[in-house]
Amino acid sequence: MSQDTEKQESVVQPAGIVERLVRDDVDRKRFLKAVGGLGAASFGTFVLAACGSSKSSTTASTAAVATSTQGASGSTTTDIAILNYALTLEYLESQFYQKVIAAKLFTGKVGALLTDFGGQEDEHVLALHGAVAKMGGTPAAKPVGKFPIENAEQVAQLAYTVENLGAAAYLGQAGNIQSPEVLATALSIHSVEARHASTLGTLVKKPVTPNGAFAIPDDMSTVLAAVKPYIA
Amino acid sequence: MVENTLAHPELTAVEVHGMTRASFMLRGALAAGAVYGTTAVGPFVAQALAQTGGGDAEILNFALTLEYLESAFYTMKGKEVGLSGQAKTYAKEFGMEEEQHVAALMGAIKELGAQPAKLPTFVFPVTNEKGFLALASVLENTGVGAYNGAAPSLKSKQLLGVAGSIVQVEGRHAAAIDLLVKRSPTPNGGFDLPLTKQQVLAKAGPLIKS
Repeated sequence: MSQDTEKQESVVQPAGIVERLVRDDVDRKRFLKAVGGLGAASFGTFVLAACGSSKSSTTASTAAVATSTQGASGSTTTDIAILNYALTLEYLESQFYQKVIAAKLFTGKVGALLTDFGGQEDEHVLALHGAVAKMGGTPAAKPVGKFPIENAEQVAQLAYTVENLGAAAYLGQAGNIQSPEVLATALSIHSVEARHASTLGTLVKKPVTPNGAFAIPDDMSTVLAAVKPYIA
Repeated sequence: MVENTLAHPELTAVEVHGMTRASFMLRGALAAGAVYGTTAVGPFVAQALAQTGGGDAEILNFALTLEYLESAFYTMKGKEVGLSGQAKTYAKEFGMEEEQHVAALMGAIKELGAQPAKLPTFVFPVTNEKGFLALASVLENTGVGAYNGAAPSLKSKQLLGVAGSIVQVEGRHAAAIDLLVKRSPTPNGGFDLPLTKQQVLAKAGPLIKS
């Protein structure tokens, strides 16, 4: 992993950026503070800056990134960053379901549902990975997830939490996406995560609409902090 | 002819997403949409971009009509049919949520300086709980596809956020209803494909009497 880190600092890659930010509290807080409440343009800048060495100036690292992204437009870069963020979350969800299914805690209809959901997260991974590659970006590295799998009730509760978080994460990024095609894809995934969350809600007897009539978005910093415990 | 109905006729020649503004503004037109060609993320996405949009107000009014429909269905038809248990609970809860969607969309449309669509008269051809739930599933799933189809055409990012917030709830409703009728909560698999206006009206149109 140290090799990857060195590589990131000399040749900027979006891959691993989310993972790195999740792991490194100092980095994450510093960069998120620098962005503040600004919109999509600065979000892209933030990601670009975060890709660079922590010792170099923002200007230098941004310049390095600009070179390595080979003339990609600012909006493409932003969309790639968002897709990679989503891809990282989907990798985690996919791994979670794989572990759950392997643990054989659920049978019958519920088992079948969770197997379906895991397969759908796999489809999301494929779609997002392909989307990034097609846009000329480097798909995010697959993180190593770690999820406590103790008993059926605990797992179902965790799944409810994770799916609600995933839905909120997509909703939080919708307004930042530049390309209509990327937005359409994100929306088509977002509502499926909502269905997952709702289903898990019925299983653990929690609300299918925990925020009522209007779902609430989560911003990137909130989501990254929330998934941190689940990255090894 | 169309130019006369527009406040700024000089804008008719303005290209918007490959179609003229006039095309967008044709009321009730089920114009074939412009397709955005090869997408980065899969051929099905082209459907979403085949939407005609008469500006944000027209898109929101389309959504408002669907919300009127869902709200009336859950609250009025639900009572008429006589529901029990979970069906009754969902009808009450989801009905309240659809009412809030109606209110939010009306407010947003007025803020745009436009006139909210009038409340239509609906006809729901169901007579019992089973039929009610089957139609609920159709309406919620159609709603998801409608929002997913229309949202990318919204110019305002703020309104996109509102649409996203609403569609997530429709997805939650859809899954809950589908589970209740022992259908898959994800009838479209991993991706809730965007629906075109034509596809939405094919489902909802017959229920709108005036």
